[in-house]
Amino acid sequence: MTMEDSLQVHKKLARQDLFESEDFYGLDELLTEEHKMIRAAIRDFVKREISPYIEDWCQNSVFPEEIVGKFGEMGVFGPQIPAEYGGGGMDYISYGLIMQEIERGDSGMRSTASVQSSLVMYPIYKFGTEGQRKKYLPKLASGKWLGCFGLTEPDYGSNPSGMLTHFKDMGDHYLLNGSKMWISNAPEADIAVVWAKDENRRIHGLIIERGMEGFSTPETKNKWSLRASSTGELVFDNVKVPKDNLLLNKSGLGAPMMCLDSARYGISWGAVGAAMDCFFQAKKYSQERIQFEKPIGSFQLIQKKLAEMLTEITKAQLLCWRLGNLMNEGKATTAQISLAKRNNVEMALNIAREARQIHGGNGITGEFSIMRHMMNLESVITYEGTHDIHLLILGKEITGISAFS
Amino acid sequence: MSIKILVCITHVPDTTSKISFTDSDTKFDKNGVQYIIGPYDDYALARAVEIKESGGASITVLNVGLAETEPTIRKALAIGADEAIRVNAEPVDSFFVATQIAEVAKEGNYDMILMGRESIDFNSGVVHGMVGEMLGLPSFSPVMKLELNGEEVSMTREIEGGKDHLKAKLPIVAGCQEPIAEWRIPNMRGIMTARTKPLNVKEPVSVEQHVKTEKFELPPPKGQCKLVDPEHPEELIKLLQNEAKVL
Ligand SMILES: Cc1cc2nc3c(=O)[nH]c(=O)nc-3n(C[C@H](O)[C@H](O)[C@H](O)COP(=O)(O)OP(=O)(O)OC[C@H]3O[C@@H](n4cnc5c(N)ncnc54)[C@H](O)[C@@H]3O)c2cc1C
Repeated sequence: MTMEDSLQVHKKLARQDLFESEDFYGLDELLTEEHKMIRAAIRDFVKREISPYIEDWCQNSVFPEEIVGKFGEMGVFGPQIPAEYGGGGMDYISYGLIMQEIERGDSGMRSTASVQSSLVMYPIYKFGTEGQRKKYLPKLASGKWLGCFGLTEPDYGSNPSGMLTHFKDMGDHYLLNGSKMWISNAPEADIAVVWAKDENRRIHGLIIERGMEGFSTPETKNKWSLRASSTGELVFDNVKVPKDNLLLNKSGLGAPMMCLDSARYGISWGAVGAAMDCFFQAKKYSQERIQFEKPIGSFQLIQKKLAEMLTEITKAQLLCWRLGNLMNEGKATTAQISLAKRNNVEMALNIAREARQIHGGNGITGEFSIMRHMMNLESVITYEGTHDIHLLILGKEITGISAFS
Repeated sequence: MSIKILVCITHVPDTTSKISFTDSDTKFDKNGVQYIIGPYDDYALARAVEIKESGGASITVLNVGLAETEPTIRKALAIGADEAIRVNAEPVDSFFVATQIAEVAKEGNYDMILMGRESIDFNSGVVHGMVGEMLGLPSFSPVMKLELNGEEVSMTREIEGGKDHLKAKLPIVAGCQEPIAEWRIPNMRGIMTARTKPLNVKEPVSVEQHVKTEKFELPPPKGQCKLVDPEHPEELIKLLQNEAKVL
């Protein structure tokens, strides 16, 4: 075997997705057979439809449009939405497991799914009229349509209540002006759930459809993170919005915040997926890579890294499971969700960094998924409330005093 | 035309399971093992679902096994079977299993009985033949292509050094293998509807046991792998002669 051949073999082995999950505390015993079937199905789906291609999609920064239909067929859009609207009618543990498995494959793919489920389908279901539910939800569930969620603006990120985007009642329609930035799925989306202020400065949700005059979605280029997810702006230049497109059943900042709660919940599970993927590879690599005539896994410093990874993953899994049950009972609070999102994303990012070190030089290449997870997680720790904003949410919960401004 | 298909599935250890034995090496140790639908059975099921989707068929899935196999059966329902039957017995050997399948088949009047070419636990690969014999139906294996045209089935069978193209009239029994269909991953809707599909449990008919397990043994551990430079094939010959002593 030549050096070149052995390198080829090495590469092929690295790319094969042999992932198996970690269950150090026997948490599977807390899941139903149905939960386990859901997890296994999504894992198989990721191994078949995502893992073989994700590296190329990310390296070339392409959003694989065909994945939207495949996600729809698989049923990952709106698992928590009732079946009569095309959703899954599933519980929150199932939703979490779906997010965990997709993000195990790639955070960008999970972003596409979370946005559609929690930020587009959820507000239409929760705040929309029966007509809006019937018009949009089945198409979003099946992946015929892709949606996006516009809250953040160029000058209002952590402080969305200051948003400038606004609409005016023109009698038979609304006139929408403003712009949104950093919007996942925007360049590909068929519809956008957009948050804007009325003439009394109250925030409302509006459904904007592609093709409405004055509405455009320029793409944000040159990201080093979530490269297989497309991100863009939403620009509204005197867009005439039919009155039927207003979400009637809730207004105020609380409405988009409820959507974020649902999405952040999914992210807490997703992060565990990314962390488990990094840990799985680091464990494997540490047993195979020989230095000083020994597998590197025999060195105490590597063992420390692995032991800490497993500890943190196990803790995060327990958080998710408990939070999922609180969600099922309708009892989970925003602060509880913040704690899990913040803890788990940081945990995953730290594990990705440590796992990257365990891989030495190999860790920086696309032959392993680790650097990709690491770069992706830099977005995940920023969107849906930055890492620090979640501290402020918790700080307010603890002291009763808001430190936001 | 809507036909009735019986798909027989095994409940077998995942292909990555670590294998060990108990009871003085006479029984497989089920501890900590993950179970799956037998991979060949999975292809048979996938083909049945394709037939159902293209022309209409009702699919009954059958497993001979104890209650522990029900998650595996539910997965088959999630993939697209309409109802399930579990014959409540440990599948002790091929003859036993074939007898139970034949019993169920007699009552159900199926047009096609599909299963994998073999299980992946004991790999006997004889159940389809036995079932055919017991029911007086033609049986075929390993079937890698199966097309239905009215009452007629065209099949391609893999044989030593070639392919065998066959036609038969329904009803038939077939032992299937890839690429008969693309294996299916159940989707979320399938999993949710599987909950409410009927899974009937039947007691087994008694069968004289023909096989008794004396002992299981694991294959010897793999030796070190030696890489031979393709430029020097004579080295390989030397190794095969002197070390492996197979030439
Ligand atoms: C890839 C990607 C996809 C995204 N997708 C979407 C989407 O689909 N829809 C959407 O609406 N938005 C989306 N976002 C936007 C995201 O939610 C915002 O980037 C995030 O809320 C932070 O806003 P900002 O970038 O304006 O940062 P800023 O708010 O300017 O924050 C900058 C820094 O200041 C800190 N900071 C801000 N205020 C305080 C304070 N009071 N006290 C202490 N520290 C503070 C922050 O923690 C942060 O470290 C996405 C972002 C990215 C990167």
